[in-house]
Amino acid sequence: MRYSQDRDRQDKEDRPYKVFKIKEGVVIDHIPAGKALHVVRVLGLSKNLGDSIITLGMNLESKKIGKKDVVKIENKELTKEELNKIALIAPNASVNMIKNEHVSEKLNIMIPARLENIIICPNPNCITRNYDMKTKFTTISRDPLKIRCNYCERIFDRDDVELK
Amino acid sequence: MGGKINFRGRSIISINNLSKEEIIYILETAKKIEAMPFKKKSELLKGKVMASLFFEPSTRTRLSFNSAMTRLGGRVIGFSDPMTSSFAKGETLYDTIKMVENYVDVIAIRHPIEGAARLASEATEKPVVNGGDGANQHPTQTLLDLYTIKKAQGKISGLKIAMCGDLKYGRTVHSLAIALSHFNCRLYFISPESLKMPAYYLAELSKRGVMFSEHEKIEEVIDEVDIFYSTRIQKERFPDHAEYEKVKDVYILTKEMLNKVKKNMRIMHPLPRVNEITLSVDSTPHAYYFQQSANGIPVRQAVLSLVLGALK
Ligand SMILES: [Zn+2]
Repeated sequence: MRYSQDRDRQDKEDRPYKVFKIKEGVVIDHIPAGKALHVVRVLGLSKNLGDSIITLGMNLESKKIGKKDVVKIENKELTKEELNKIALIAPNASVNMIKNEHVSEKLNIMIPARLENIIICPNPNCITRNYDMKTKFTTISRDPLKIRCNYCERIFDRDDVELK
Repeated sequence: MGGKINFRGRSIISINNLSKEEIIYILETAKKIEAMPFKKKSELLKGKVMASLFFEPSTRTRLSFNSAMTRLGGRVIGFSDPMTSSFAKGETLYDTIKMVENYVDVIAIRHPIEGAARLASEATEKPVVNGGDGANQHPTQTLLDLYTIKKAQGKISGLKIAMCGDLKYGRTVHSLAIALSHFNCRLYFISPESLKMPAYYLAELSKRGVMFSEHEKIEEVIDEVDIFYSTRIQKERFPDHAEYEKVKDVYILTKEMLNKVKKNMRIMHPLPRVNEITLSVDSTPHAYYFQQSANGIPVRQAVLSLVLGALK
């Protein structure tokens, strides 16, 4: 009994260091190097973490894309809709749902049709830049990315996207 | 196709939110109001109050909205310059609208910041009519332009329409070009190199199957077109003064240039003009810009009557 509890505690303490395996959660792989923190931000994981554990691997070797970042999220429910936001930063990321240490589902992420309060409007004369308020964008094309601000109605592409 | 068109309670923020059928419906309503007997017209919006919230001065638009409302028997409250009212900075736009909505049935708003009218419409259940939000939208201007074209030529579909002047920053021509894409018109864009129609709008027009061409001289197209839409070229839009000096006289329409134009060709301009159209043009049958500005009244009356549910 006691042994098991100790081991449990030990496991929990070791967990952040085990970069490669998680039991339940999501693994986001093939993020362009340097973008891991952006992924964390777009998923809203930089605050109110509760019991969830976020593990970042940055600048790892990748056969596919040279250098890459990896983000692993445990103990946190994320809907597919939320995960789709990753496509704004890393359109080619692989998103794997993990159950019992195995990949239970591979998600094809796609930029959502509506982007609420995720990005800043690049137009300095937009109302959203002049008042403390939520931003709203509508995706009008995914490839190439074209999004329209619901307020100033201007259209922007991927290079303009800046996270809120 | 969908159900009946119903504007009651609806905000008019952007021409991009109006379908072709809805645009035509508003234009037909404007025509109906113009033909309405005086007595009926003057009581159409009796008992209704419009807030006229002008966060930047625009005498022309404000007078047109206010006149449209009062001539239908409605009343107007509001302000014409935020600096002289208690709404200056400090209070947020959202809070201002929340307070004003208790006093009125409809809100006309003009604001220098893009998207302000959309935000205002989100703050209230009362219909909001955008009277211009910075460089973004001015839907009643676009509607009155369309109404004017229809009145001048008896139709909109299939016309040859030239737009001339500052096509880069001109909100009026951007909105009009997009709106005309519903009507299968042939468009001609005449401007100096540095003030050409932005690539985004050209791409959008191509996508919508609009036929258009770009030109540097008025003479290249004026004899072919049904409508010549002139706009101001402002000195401050040019990166350097020398360039302005070079082009400023090229885009002046004179009486002499009208010798071989189509008999029914009509010249439009959102006014006020600087020197783009010489005074000698005013007395020709082609001048149509004063009628155009008068058309603001029936068009705004149509919009107000529809969103207030006084006409269906
Ligand atoms: Zn914007």
